[in-house]
Formats: sequence, structure tokens, C-alpha cells
Amino acid sequence: MNKQRRNVLKTGTGAAVLGALAAAGLIAPGIALADWNKAAFEAKSMADTLKALGATQPADSKDVQLTGPDIAENGAVVPVGVTSAIAGTTMIAILIDKNPNALAGSFKLPEGTEANVQTRVKMGQTSNVYALVKAGDKFYMATKEIKVTLGGCGG
Amino acid sequence: MATKPMRIRAAVKDGVTEVKALIAHEMETGQRKDANGAVIPAWFITELTATHNGKLVLSSEFGTAISKNPYLAFRFKGGAAGDKVAISWKDNKGESRTDEAAIA
Repeated sequence: MNKQRRNVLKTGTGAAVLGALAAAGLIAPGIALADWNKAAFEAKSMADTLKALGATQPADSKDVQLTGPDIAENGAVVPVGVTSAIAGTTMIAILIDKNPNALAGSFKLPEGTEANVQTRVKMGQTSNVYALVKAGDKFYMATKEIKVTLGGCGG
Repeated sequence: MATKPMRIRAAVKDGVTEVKALIAHEMETGQRKDANGAVIPAWFITELTATHNGKLVLSSEFGTAISKNPYLAFRFKGGAAGDKVAISWKDNKGESRTDEAAIA
């Protein structure tokens, strides 16, 4: 595999390939989607993501619980769960600080659905994971650091 | 491209239905490269909704950081044995799939 890569570089097409990669990277997720919050999912930093979600200054809350392992051996499959004890929770989002795009997923909860979701996420490296919860017009947050020993982003 | 069926389990206990779903999907991030160094294009689920007897119980948006073959568990109030829980998803290539299961 490495030899092949070296060959590509040697033949001088490397620059062209890299250019194509950059272009593909920029364009790839940009396929038009009706409801999908493109700005939030494509935002790179935590601050930009929070802004795109409309969450200004989320308050840390003990009523929001983020569950997950302290150490994840495989960053490609990290089980995380979010529960919120705040009445009227309507949205839960999972953000991973050091991933290429911070937002992993968001869940809108209609009335009658409990603020308790579990899923599995990918993590590129050890990072703080945030659970963002919306109740009424306010945002609340919980944080947990998950250490990753093997990255999940193809590294 | 044909998509594979999801595995959905739903069980009601004390008036609360817990739904667990395992969805078959590549969830390619668009960050990985193949053996030739070419980027594998992103291919992931963007939207997922769940309904109980036709009523929306969860609507979610996924990014590329959700793991391959996503797992999802959530709970909603109500539901009775035999009721239908349906989950549908849509990915960034415009493919979609809906599967349903009866509450046990």
C-alpha cells in the first residue's frame, strides 16, 4: 500500500491527486438536503456548531447525563448515551470536540418520548464529548472525556 | 443499490416502550482513503425518523460521526403489544429505507 502511494507521488500526479482530494473533501457532504442542518454538521469547531444549532451559552447541568466508557479501545464504535432529567427536553445533540466535524447527531423528541437515547459514535482521538440538551428556549450541557486508544477516522 | 433490512426490537414495560434498532449502513465519513490514496466519498444517513402507529416519536439528524451500522435506542411513553413501530432513514445519496416491527 505504501509502495503504491510512493509511486503516485513519484510520477508527479501527486499534486493533481491532492488537489482532487481537497476538492472532493470540500464538496462531498454538500449534496442538497431538505431538512438536514448542513451548517451545524459541517461546522468544524464546537463554537461554530453551537452557533449553527442556535445554542448560545449552554449552561452546565447536573440533570443532563452523558454515559460512555472512560477509555474506548476502538474509536470507530464508541457507545454513548444521553439522558436528561430536565422537564420539557425537546432536543438532544451529541458533540465531539476533536472530531473533524464536532456534531455527531441530533435527536428531536416529540412529546411523550423520553429524553434518553443511546447510540454509537466514531471518535478520531481522545476528546471531550458533549451532550447538548434543549428544554424550552434554553440549552444545557454535560461533558465527559473519552480516551481513545485507536482512532476511528481511518488513521 | 439494495439496502439491507434494519433490525428493530421494541418492548413495552410499565407503559414505556423501549425501541432498539440496528441499522445496516456503511456510514462512510469521506475522510478515509482507499489503497490508491483516493478519498472514499462520504455516504451516511442524514435523517432518521421513528413512528409509533403512524405518530412521530423521534426525528434525528446524523452526521458522519455516527458509527458504521448505527445502533440507536430510545424510549417513548405509551405503546401496547402488537403496535407497529416503524423506522425510516434517508442518506446523503438519496437512498431511503423503512422497516417496521411489532411491539413485544
